[in-house]
Amino acid sequence: MVELRGNSVNVNIKELNSDIAHFRDLSITIGAITKETWVEPMGPTPYPSLTTLRSWDLKLLERYKPFYLPFCDLCCLCTYGKCDLTGNKLGACGISMAAQQSRTVLLAACIGASTHTAHARDLLTHLIERYGGDHPINVGELNVDIEAPLTRLVCGIKPVNLGDFEEVLDYCEKQLTQLLSVTHTGQEGNNLDFESKVFHAGMIDHVGMEVADIAQISALGFPKSDPEASLADLGLGTVDIKKPVILVIGHNVPPATEIIDYLKTRDLMSEAEVTGICCTALDMTRYSPKAKIIGPISWQLRYVRSGVPDVIVIDEQCVRADILQEAQHIHAPLIATSGKNCCGLPDRTHDLPDEIVADFVSGKITGALILDPVKVGEVAVRTALAIAPKRKKHKLLPTHDELIKLAKKCTGCVLCRRACPNDLPISYAVKAAAQGNMSGLDELYDDCVGCGRCESACPQKIPVHSIIVAAAEKKTRDESYRIRTGRGAIQDIEIRKVGGPIVLGEIPGIVAFVGCANFPKGSREVAEMCMEFARRRYIVCTSGCSAISAGMYRNEEGKTAYEMYPGAFEAGGIVNVGSCVSNAHISGAAIKIASIFARRPLRGNYEEIADYVYNRVGAVGVAWGAMSQKAASIAAGFWRLGIPVVVGPHGTKYRRMLLGRSDKEQDWYVYDARTGEKVYGGPVPEHLFFAAETKEEAMVMVAKLTMRPNDTSKGRAIKLTNYIDLHKRLIGGMPRDVHLLVRKQADIPLTMKEDIEKILKEVEWTEHEIPDPTLLSRMIRKSKEA
Amino acid sequence: MPLAESWQTAEIPGPKKASLIIKPDIADAIIRRAKRPIMIVGYGAVEYEVEGIKLIECLIELANKGKIPVVVTASTAREFLNRGFSPAALMPAVDIGNRLTDPAWKGLDGKESYDLAIFVGLPYSMEWTILSGLKHFAPSLKTMTLDCVYQPNASWSFPNSTIKDWAANLKGIVENLGK
Repeated sequence: MVELRGNSVNVNIKELNSDIAHFRDLSITIGAITKETWVEPMGPTPYPSLTTLRSWDLKLLERYKPFYLPFCDLCCLCTYGKCDLTGNKLGACGISMAAQQSRTVLLAACIGASTHTAHARDLLTHLIERYGGDHPINVGELNVDIEAPLTRLVCGIKPVNLGDFEEVLDYCEKQLTQLLSVTHTGQEGNNLDFESKVFHAGMIDHVGMEVADIAQISALGFPKSDPEASLADLGLGTVDIKKPVILVIGHNVPPATEIIDYLKTRDLMSEAEVTGICCTALDMTRYSPKAKIIGPISWQLRYVRSGVPDVIVIDEQCVRADILQEAQHIHAPLIATSGKNCCGLPDRTHDLPDEIVADFVSGKITGALILDPVKVGEVAVRTALAIAPKRKKHKLLPTHDELIKLAKKCTGCVLCRRACPNDLPISYAVKAAAQGNMSGLDELYDDCVGCGRCESACPQKIPVHSIIVAAAEKKTRDESYRIRTGRGAIQDIEIRKVGGPIVLGEIPGIVAFVGCANFPKGSREVAEMCMEFARRRYIVCTSGCSAISAGMYRNEEGKTAYEMYPGAFEAGGIVNVGSCVSNAHISGAAIKIASIFARRPLRGNYEEIADYVYNRVGAVGVAWGAMSQKAASIAAGFWRLGIPVVVGPHGTKYRRMLLGRSDKEQDWYVYDARTGEKVYGGPVPEHLFFAAETKEEAMVMVAKLTMRPNDTSKGRAIKLTNYIDLHKRLIGGMPRDVHLLVRKQADIPLTMKEDIEKILKEVEWTEHEIPDPTLLSRMIRKSKEA
Repeated sequence: MPLAESWQTAEIPGPKKASLIIKPDIADAIIRRAKRPIMIVGYGAVEYEVEGIKLIECLIELANKGKIPVVVTASTAREFLNRGFSPAALMPAVDIGNRLTDPAWKGLDGKESYDLAIFVGLPYSMEWTILSGLKHFAPSLKTMTLDCVYQPNASWSFPNSTIKDWAANLKGIVENLGK
């Protein structure tokens, strides 16, 4: 038998008699058959190893030196330890504090990148089994020619079918094994080499994410680069709680799509509600906009305890580790569907659906591991339909009277506040509630990240999170919004339209709101930032939990960000690309600007493309609630491309910032590609990884970080207008570094001329040339001509 | 409430922890002894009110009496400017923290490195991590916090205090400096 599996060929011979031998059960696998259809010559760095791009990384790290913020003074990774690394002390293995911090960042980046890559592998394997390895890749019909910019750039291959991605993931997996090995005791000892490998992990992460999203877009019929992708319901208030309700949580969508398929094929869509939290929810609405998103990751406890879900289906990533106990409290069966997150449940994969459903309905079991998405679809739906009348939406939230009684147990020890990541004034609110005043708890609901640490800390066993949610129950019923479903990639034609204005600076920048929901002051801040930058004609992208949070706020007209602004990749658009793995389309768009607009060779040509993006494409990532290791690796992928990332105040816990020094003129010299001379390009972008203290500081910094040495005077004037205006409004007064950002008189915005010239005069400012900037000596054109 | 435990219970530091400022005289002596102090004021300073007086007003008085240059972070500047006080710099917290680790940095006026950095008003965990960075990578710099919670990574910190005790301490420091 000959079996084609992706690019590989399996030949199985039961029995073969020949002159030289007699074979039985012979199996031969040929790894890959390359179908070379891409005429672009191979660039210098296909499939880069750990060190291939090291010199590029070190160029960036020379400018953006790490500012280490140790979150622990010790190393406890081996039995020499614990080792005290305080000050200049070295560990027993000889490691310094700086290297240890970078090593920890690398560990985080490896965890994040391997999570996305493993997600991609599971998804791809499932989709190839279901649709075949020769299923064509299609992310945007005829509007997208460069279908996989990261894969082309990093691996130097042009994928055509799903099967082509297998070798891409082989590469990612090999690199991740190498990277993880670097963190072993007695390997790398230099902090900057660790940092270079962090960048490598980030780059691998983006390739893994790209594979995952392209595979699901192509096979599952998600919107294909569609600026007008449907709007979907968002919020707990959109759920018809009279119906049986299924909740899916996680990131890997096949079980959720099978639930929808089971409902559709039996004409049951109107009989049940399919709801989701986190990225599975986003991807589920890409599959069927009739599914509903409840909220970001921080909505898990509040939604489960509301008692609304009748069955909970989890897959992988960002699922609460205590989800089984939470499900048991509300008498909702839990179905685990991923080998990466089994929850200690019995494996019922090979049992008949009838048996599993019967066991759930009778209460014989409270959870099951089912590693077959199709079976999950059937079991989840049938169980929900059967169990909903019995459960009667059993909830864990106290009534008003119960709440007051519980609040009266509070002794004011403030351990709840001391456990709260945002230092929220919980004990004041609980004390007030004991007197019947619920306003404090109601206010906490908006800022709470839903971690539940307050409850674990309470010596009186007050279910603090539950009483916050109970006090705000009316608010939860009013949570009813609309979100644009994830559109996936950016069209080539959109890139052609905006490439010029972005590179010249006339569109002031691309601002991507990505990542988790560990917000310092609730979801509202993300929505406000999105709307502000869209109003200012930036291109705003969203993904993951930030995409959800961006939709959970209405402006004075009663509209969400997605109803106010178009979904096109254009000035003033708010572009929801999709789930976490869709982040690859944001880095992909920056790469496509270099490739499509500037016609830079793409294939295996990472350094040149990154140099282009860094010097010319005014993109900034904002992970305002970044919490996870995946957020670390996503950020690292942007850093290697020279795209700065801003995080919230919790972001300092990632253990180091990558900060430029605008006061050090010598740090900001670039080659002028026209002449080969080293010229001052100005401190732009000033930082590569920056934690902002407040939303206001973040917004001003974002406006500044979109500046690039290549900006035309017109473009720089537009960027300065936004920066100065935001600074005046949000920080107060003129920014004091404006003289560092004006290169020529023509850069000065006309409406601010007087104020700026006054500052320039005070510091005896003089004009300097606008270079054709590059950090790479090989990009100097003069030497080529010579 | 334990006096010298991290305010955020789980943010346990390593072996080197801040000494307690148990009375205003200690802080006063530290400030007087410093040749080149600098104060970094975060947005929290705007939000706190101590016995009817905004914390920011207390800090302005402290800066004036101690002749301490003030770096304001985030959107704190407006409150200072509205009170007729011009900060030495507006700078993000991580930015000033980073510069303080550079032994070659000669300060905002380009004259000399600072020997004492006084922090107040940053979000707890952000201040915790920045102070940790300075503890490890700015060996010549002493740090002190004026917040009402214990910051173990500073050289000196107030204990976890009630607002009333904290107010008395701050007033004491300001009054002593004026003598």
